[in-house]
Amino acid sequence: MARVTSTVFATPAVVPADSSERSRYSDKTLTAKPARTGPADGGRPLLTYARDVADFPGVRLHVVTGKGGTGKTTVAASLALALAGGGRKVLLAEVEGRQGLAQLFDCPPLRYEERKVAVAPGGGDVFALSIDPEDALLDYLHMFYKLSRTGVAARTLRRMGAIEFATTVAPGLRDVLLTGKVKEAVVRRGGNGTAAYDAVVLDAPPTGRIARFLNISQEVSGLAKVGPIKAQSDGVMAVLRSQRTAIHLCTLLEEMPVQETIDGVAELEQVRLPVGGVVVNGIRPPLLPPAALSAAEAGTLDRAQIASGLEKAALDAPDDLVDTLVGEAGDHAVRVALEERGRDSLGALHRPTYELPMLAEAVDLGSLYELADMLKAQGMA
Amino acid sequence: MTRNSKDAARPGSARKGPPPHFDVDATLATAAILVCTGSGGVGKTTTAAALALRAAESGRRTAVLTIDPAKRLAQSMGLTSLDNTPRRVAGVSAAEGGSLDAMMLDMKRTFDEIVLTHAEPGKAEQILQNPFYQALSSSFAGTQEYMAMEKLGQLQATGDYDLVVVDTPPTRSALDFLDAPERMTTFLDGRMIRVLLAPAKAGSRAYVKVMSAGFSVFTGVLTKVIGAGVLQDVSQFVGALETMFGGFRERAQATYDLLKAPGTAFVVVAAPERDALREAAYFVERLGEESMPLAGLVVNRVHRSAGEALSAERAHVAAQALEEAGGHELAAAVLRVHAERVALASRERRLQERFTGAHPGVPLVEVAALPGDVHDLEGLRSVGAGLAGATTTAVCA
Repeated sequence: MARVTSTVFATPAVVPADSSERSRYSDKTLTAKPARTGPADGGRPLLTYARDVADFPGVRLHVVTGKGGTGKTTVAASLALALAGGGRKVLLAEVEGRQGLAQLFDCPPLRYEERKVAVAPGGGDVFALSIDPEDALLDYLHMFYKLSRTGVAARTLRRMGAIEFATTVAPGLRDVLLTGKVKEAVVRRGGNGTAAYDAVVLDAPPTGRIARFLNISQEVSGLAKVGPIKAQSDGVMAVLRSQRTAIHLCTLLEEMPVQETIDGVAELEQVRLPVGGVVVNGIRPPLLPPAALSAAEAGTLDRAQIASGLEKAALDAPDDLVDTLVGEAGDHAVRVALEERGRDSLGALHRPTYELPMLAEAVDLGSLYELADMLKAQGMA
Repeated sequence: MTRNSKDAARPGSARKGPPPHFDVDATLATAAILVCTGSGGVGKTTTAAALALRAAESGRRTAVLTIDPAKRLAQSMGLTSLDNTPRRVAGVSAAEGGSLDAMMLDMKRTFDEIVLTHAEPGKAEQILQNPFYQALSSSFAGTQEYMAMEKLGQLQATGDYDLVVVDTPPTRSALDFLDAPERMTTFLDGRMIRVLLAPAKAGSRAYVKVMSAGFSVFTGVLTKVIGAGVLQDVSQFVGALETMFGGFRERAQATYDLLKAPGTAFVVVAAPERDALREAAYFVERLGEESMPLAGLVVNRVHRSAGEALSAERAHVAAQALEEAGGHELAAAVLRVHAERVALASRERRLQERFTGAHPGVPLVEVAALPGDVHDLEGLRSVGAGLAGATTTAVCA
């Protein structure tokens, strides 16, 4: 039985203080109507806002990155579900061939083919796609050069191992192909002239590589100063740098993920790529009353008080159980303090910040819907 | 809520006995090369550093090689900078006669060194200046893994070290680096290389074969897509590289052989989480297929409770009763903390049992979760002691 902690200790999304950034988020309506009730068992008061307008109204491409182990694939999938709510159509793409999305949605492995994987509450659709560089190249040749995907040239390319060669000798080309397909989905028009997808969510490479992955014009600049590669990478870059794109970073409240998030934001800003929000995953609410936290950390909790409580609850209270409880409370308090420090560091980024709880069980489709609700309630979608 | 069907616990897995204990100290005493691998975010870098420190302080001349550009090893060893040269780590006890050097891989410099060693005079400069070489040598895809293995071989060949510990790159998949030497060889032997070299050797068999395979269509497409100038750069690069193919191939093979040599041992690092354990399982299977020696699995950041006799359910019930009665907030709160801890411990154990059920013969050691990150030698020392001291049965009790 999976138990999803449904309370979120949400830091309300921060409106950046920097005035140039402010314009981007200024049309967010902060209607302060609490969307959820507070935790039953103590902890910080809950601040969650339901908003009429989400934080990224003009954004069509949501890039989700994060350090390994911070749940970026889960966040990408939840965000796609949240964005699809109310009858919208969203594409969720992965580029590393990991099949992480297929595992989450419990469906057969994804291919280079947009396939519906989930229906959002209110009737929206989430399509998913695994982008492979070889297929992306053939697709590109087909679209721009009318080259048949199964013709002699395409077969020759495949047989020669040309794509593997090209991506080995110039890995930047691989990223151009992958991001090129993403861009194509973002700008694609449907039969009636409207956008084929209301939004595209990219489960992107990890934080340590994200700036390099997205900053493709830098990557290929040494390889191609003119010509089709250059034109293609400029086209992709124009979308990635525009207000239509937001790059979100997932993290945990642990030191290294927090540090990598801060470094990642700085790197992205340096190459002028648009940073979106920070999603803090794996939040566990503090269980000790604020006053007890420092005593717990110092190991000076009132043992007699604990022992008498145990007795009152008709539990045996041998000394070693009290020791264990005091020790565990100490670990808990240390962790809470570290998390607070991590939260402060992330707060200094002045980015919209969203929090998701640690799930008691492995993520499945049901919990994705809950996480999607939480992201929506906090204004991310 | 139903759990993912792929995650359904395998009946019977729990009935098997505990996995063999991974005797870390025995491995540290005998191995010449220790390769730490696992998915990202499981504490691989810290584990590699802790193992190296422990080996050094038990008397072995040890080097630790890290690849991560985030300089995590630097952080956890309290060093401010690492470069392509091993540097002595201060503060390591030399009482047993050992020492610890640490270095961070400079991928491009390592690649440059290989070119300078193997290219014909005059060609080296041409290669180093080529834009494709520059892209290849400084990118992360594949090259990093290969250069890590290359540097590992170099360090070992110096004879300065009894033990070299290597922390594998933060790759997409933990398996990537195993394929790196072979991928390099395949690349150099590939048809594309021959195609690009063909005009230089017109009349050769490769050229004729290629011509008959629609080569003109093919080059037409290439020129259209990447532009003639680029094609020329690639050709030139490959032409220059060819002069060092022999040396390259030899080295790739030597590197691969080194990974299978006696004295090499793999340590797979995981956290008690689904994805990390799945990655660990793939890796364990792959090592088996390659007949590469697996020393054991380190399960990092494990939560256990000494008071598991008091179950999460009972602790919750008791806490609730106390909250309702009032007056025992502290006891109720510590019971809630306990319940959370026990629940986490049993979730982790279930995940771990799924791994051991499928791979019952893999020696395993658990390392308890620390509340904070490791930043200094003292922290690494205690991780090392945990790696060597904790037995699975004791920790699980």
